[in-house]
Amino acid sequence: MSWFKRNKEGITTTTSEKKETPEGLWHKCPNCKTVFTQADFIKTNYVCDRCSYHERIGSEEYFQILFDKGDYTEIDANLTSGDPLNFEDTKKYTDRIAASQKSTGLKDAVRTGYGKVDGLDLVICCMDFAFVGGSLGSVMGEKMARGIDKAIELKAAFMIISKSGGARMMEAGYSLMQMAKVSGKLGQLSEHKLPYISFLTDPTTGGVTASFAMLGDINIAEPKALIGFAGPRVVKETIGRDLPEGFQTSEFVLEHGFLDYIVERSELKKTIALSLRLFKN
Amino acid sequence: MSTYLDFEEPIKELEEQIAQTKQIGLTTEVDMTEQVKKLQEKLDLKTKEIFSNLTPWQRVQLSRHPDRPYTLAYINAISDGTFQELHGDRSVKDDKAMIGGFGLLDGKSVMFIGQQKGINTKMRQYRNFGMANPEGYRKALRLMKLAEKFDKPIVTIIDTPGAFPGLEAEERGQGEAIARNIYEMMRLKVPVICIVIGEGASGGALGIGVGDKVVMLENTWYSVISPESCSSILWRSWDFKEKAAEALKLTSTDMKGLNLVDEVIQEPINGAHRSQEDMFEITKQYIKKTITELEKIKPDIRINDRIDKFCKMGVWK
Ligand SMILES: [Zn+2]
Repeated sequence: MSWFKRNKEGITTTTSEKKETPEGLWHKCPNCKTVFTQADFIKTNYVCDRCSYHERIGSEEYFQILFDKGDYTEIDANLTSGDPLNFEDTKKYTDRIAASQKSTGLKDAVRTGYGKVDGLDLVICCMDFAFVGGSLGSVMGEKMARGIDKAIELKAAFMIISKSGGARMMEAGYSLMQMAKVSGKLGQLSEHKLPYISFLTDPTTGGVTASFAMLGDINIAEPKALIGFAGPRVVKETIGRDLPEGFQTSEFVLEHGFLDYIVERSELKKTIALSLRLFKN
Repeated sequence: MSTYLDFEEPIKELEEQIAQTKQIGLTTEVDMTEQVKKLQEKLDLKTKEIFSNLTPWQRVQLSRHPDRPYTLAYINAISDGTFQELHGDRSVKDDKAMIGGFGLLDGKSVMFIGQQKGINTKMRQYRNFGMANPEGYRKALRLMKLAEKFDKPIVTIIDTPGAFPGLEAEERGQGEAIARNIYEMMRLKVPVICIVIGEGASGGALGIGVGDKVVMLENTWYSVISPESCSSILWRSWDFKEKAAEALKLTSTDMKGLNLVDEVIQEPINGAHRSQEDMFEITKQYIKKTITELEKIKPDIRINDRIDKFCKMGVWK
């Protein structure tokens, strides 16, 4: 499964680095090259107000956008990776994890928070792409399983915000089985008739797409996100010609019937709140 | 004509010597029985030596051995010719890389489903090298639901280099198709046995790989990625496939050791490819015994056990 990296135009800063950027610093939109102050850019939820380009953001930013007053409780915040396979490629897996923890200030590629969205209970598992490409390993699987248990306990709705290259190769078989694990837990959530919203953001590919990201009671996405099973490079190699314009974008996936709707980040909170209300009332 | 992998060459040489010695015996009317017997003993020893010291990469090579039997061969042997193939996903088409249908196992109806590889150049194209499209996974799910409706156990046979990464596959939701199967298989009310008979590559394998018993034949591999792709991504070169095969812990013994599969089915000493009939019989007996065991458990308990088993997989601090 493709745990690939797509070199997205101009995004090299991690979430934590961004936060440390002093106000007044300039941000240049990678798409239309318009320049904003960082402060203005944060006000528009990291979306270019000229061309609507959605910059990749992390779990903290999504939690701030979605939870009322940015107020939430994080659970399982200290769960970290083991190294069950003693995996080593050009680097040791443990070194990779340590380096990623240091550079991002995160423990792994997903964080779980619960709180209110427009007064309605919601448990959110949100991925951080900055942490080893948002890859799916044991920690992510376990945190999602516990997040689902939390939703059942609170009788709350559940949401996964995906932003991932797919499975974490350095956990090999363990990584693969997380797809089954989370899907199994979603079945339990379903028995309690609690809604599961799958929110796909740029990028959502590989094992994440081939499991929980596609299993929402509703599947929704940010505009122009890359969404697919195989990565675009692999598909291109398979068919031996260039990919059509707009292939594997949110709009493409919506058109082919695998998304319920696409939502601009500025409308995200309002739209999610309405969906929750429509499930509940 | 048999194919021999490089590490099987000593076997080839001894087999040729035996054939020559027998030939000499026939043409010269000299009694060669003793010589043949000695050579046969030597062959048995050599075979044992080679097959008990395989590296992970050699196991991967064996899993793809061109003489290794594929899914339909197993099903036809196990069901003694009663297999009735059922086609189509009722939506788009009939995927030739995924086959399925009921067959009788010693008189008892069982749903068999699996990826099918081609047995020659033409058939490999026809079967798309065992790489299913979304409609293959949807056909598989349709047949699983059919089995559930009539309370028949399901046996899935896994042998795939991966789900097909094509343009139409993406258009028709390859990710959704696999996801749906994983989700639904977790909740099937009938016993489900999944057997890796060759290659178990990633989501393409897992798409028919959720069961009460997930088992691997001895000389197979099952992991999140093939060693070649792993090498190209992590080492940025195709040259580290042997290393990747070791690092991924993808062999049957490793996967069982990590509790990521339930059991290993031992192959005849010279591998499934050289003792096909024995392999079919061993597999058949395993399925028969396991269905009997699983049918003793109540469906809701079986489902809970199945979910619990997968929920226990993972290592964290
Ligand atoms: Zn812009």
